[in-house]
Amino acid sequence: MGIEILGLPMMYYIAMVAKVLVAFVFVLLTVAYATYAERKIIGHMQVRLGPMRTGWHGLLQPIADGVKLFFKEEIIPSQASTFAFLVAPLIALVPAFITFAVIPFGGTIEIAGYKIPLQIAAYYDTAAGQVYDVNVGVLYILAMSSLGVYGIVLAGWASNSKYSLMGGLRASAQMISYELSAGLSLVAVFMLSGTLSLSKIVEFQSGLGGFEWYLFKQPLAAFMFFICSLAEINRTPFDLPEAETELVSGFCTEYSSMKYAMFFMAEYANMVTVCALTTTIFLGGWNGPLTSAIPLLGPVYFIAKVYFLMFVCMWIRATLPRYRYDQLMHLGWKVFIPVALVNIVVTGIIGYFI
Amino acid sequence: MNPITPIINGMKITLKHMFMKPVTLQYPTERPKVSERFRGLHGLKVAHSKAKCVACYLCPTVCPAKCITVEAGEDANHDKYASVYEIDMLRCIFCGYCVEACPVDALKMTGEFELANYTRQDFIYSKERLLEK
Repeated sequence: MGIEILGLPMMYYIAMVAKVLVAFVFVLLTVAYATYAERKIIGHMQVRLGPMRTGWHGLLQPIADGVKLFFKEEIIPSQASTFAFLVAPLIALVPAFITFAVIPFGGTIEIAGYKIPLQIAAYYDTAAGQVYDVNVGVLYILAMSSLGVYGIVLAGWASNSKYSLMGGLRASAQMISYELSAGLSLVAVFMLSGTLSLSKIVEFQSGLGGFEWYLFKQPLAAFMFFICSLAEINRTPFDLPEAETELVSGFCTEYSSMKYAMFFMAEYANMVTVCALTTTIFLGGWNGPLTSAIPLLGPVYFIAKVYFLMFVCMWIRATLPRYRYDQLMHLGWKVFIPVALVNIVVTGIIGYFI
Repeated sequence: MNPITPIINGMKITLKHMFMKPVTLQYPTERPKVSERFRGLHGLKVAHSKAKCVACYLCPTVCPAKCITVEAGEDANHDKYASVYEIDMLRCIFCGYCVEACPVDALKMTGEFELANYTRQDFIYSKERLLEK
C-alpha cells in the first residue's frame, strides 16, 4: 500500500470504484427484475400466470421490454419545450439511483488487509480504527427524494399537454405533503438513535442477536414512514400522477422510447431505495444472526429484507385500488402529520423518563 | 368505521389467491377442451361415402342469419342431393337451428372454433370443406 493519492491509500479508490459498480449494477438488475417480479406476483395474485413466453417462465421479459423500448420511435412533441423535455427523465432517474450511496448494505469486510465498509459513501480510517460515513445520511436521502419531484414536474410542464401538466401538479402536491409526514416519522427514530448517520442507526439495531429493530420500538413510525414513502414515490395505491383512468398516463403521457423507460426505471429504482431505506432504519439493516461470524451474511440479510419489502409493495399494489385525490390529501395532512407529531411527543416523554 | 381491517382482509385475500392454481390457458400450446355440445364450425355427416344431406332446404329456411346456400341436384340413382352447400361463416351466428331442423340428421356442429382467415372469400365454406373427414 505504498501509493497514496490525496492522503488516501490506493486500495481506497479501488474499493470505492468496486463498491459503486457492484451496488449500481445490482440496483439496475433489481430494477429490471422488479418489473418482472411485479407482473409475476400480481399475475399469481389474480390467479393468472404473468409473463410466460420470453424465456423459461418469462425470465427474459425485462430484457425483451428494454430492447423493445430502446428501438421505439423517439417522439418530441412540436409544442414541447425541448430542453426541459429531454432533461426531465434524467432528473427523475439520477436522484433515484444516487440515493443508494449512503445506504449501508453490509458490515465491514477485510480484503488484503484493508478494511472495507459495505456502504458506498463510507471508509474505514485505519488510524482512528473506525468507519466514517456521511453523518447526515438521512438528510441526504430526504433531499434526493425531493429532487425526484423536479423530474416529474418538469416532465409534466415541458410536455405542453394538459394531462401531463395535471399529472405533474398532482405529483408535486402529493410528494411535498407526504414528505412532511415521512420526515416527521423519521424524527421519532432520531430521538432514539441520536444520529443521522445510517451506519450508526444500523449499529444501534444490532442488539438481541440482530433483532433489536426500531420497528419494535417505533412500530407506528415504521408503518407511517413506509406508507408515506409509497405515496412519495407514486406507487399504487397513491399513483395519482399517472392515473390511467383520468390522466391517460399522467406526466409521462407524451414520452416514448427510452425516455419513457427512464421514468419507469426511476419509479422502480425509487421503490428499491425506499425499501432499502425502510430496511436500514426500521428493520435493522444488514443485521441478523451470525453476521459477526460471517460478514458476507450481512448483504444477504439486507437483500432478503429489501426484497421482502418490495414484495409487500407489490402485494399492496395487487390489493388496493387507487385513492381519490381528496382522500389522499386528507390522509396525508389530517391523519399522518398529526399522528407523526403525537408520536414524536410521546417518544419524547417516554425518552425523558427512561 | 376502522379503515385498517378492510385493507388487512384484502391483503389476506390476495395472498391466498397467490397460492391458487392459475386459471390461465397457455392457448396455442395448451388447447381448451370444448364441451360435447359446443357449437363451432358445421360439419356435413357422411353415410355410405357420400353426404347424408337430401337438399330439403329446411336449414336455409330456418337459418335466422340467412347464411346457408343450398342447391339441389339429381344423382345417378335419381336421388335428390345437395349439389351446392355453402355456409357463409361471416354471417353465421352459431345458433344451431340448422342442426335442429335437419330431418335426416345430416348436419352437425363440431368443436372447431379457430375460424380466422385472410380474405372474405375464405369464410364461405363450400361443401368439400364442410364434409366430415
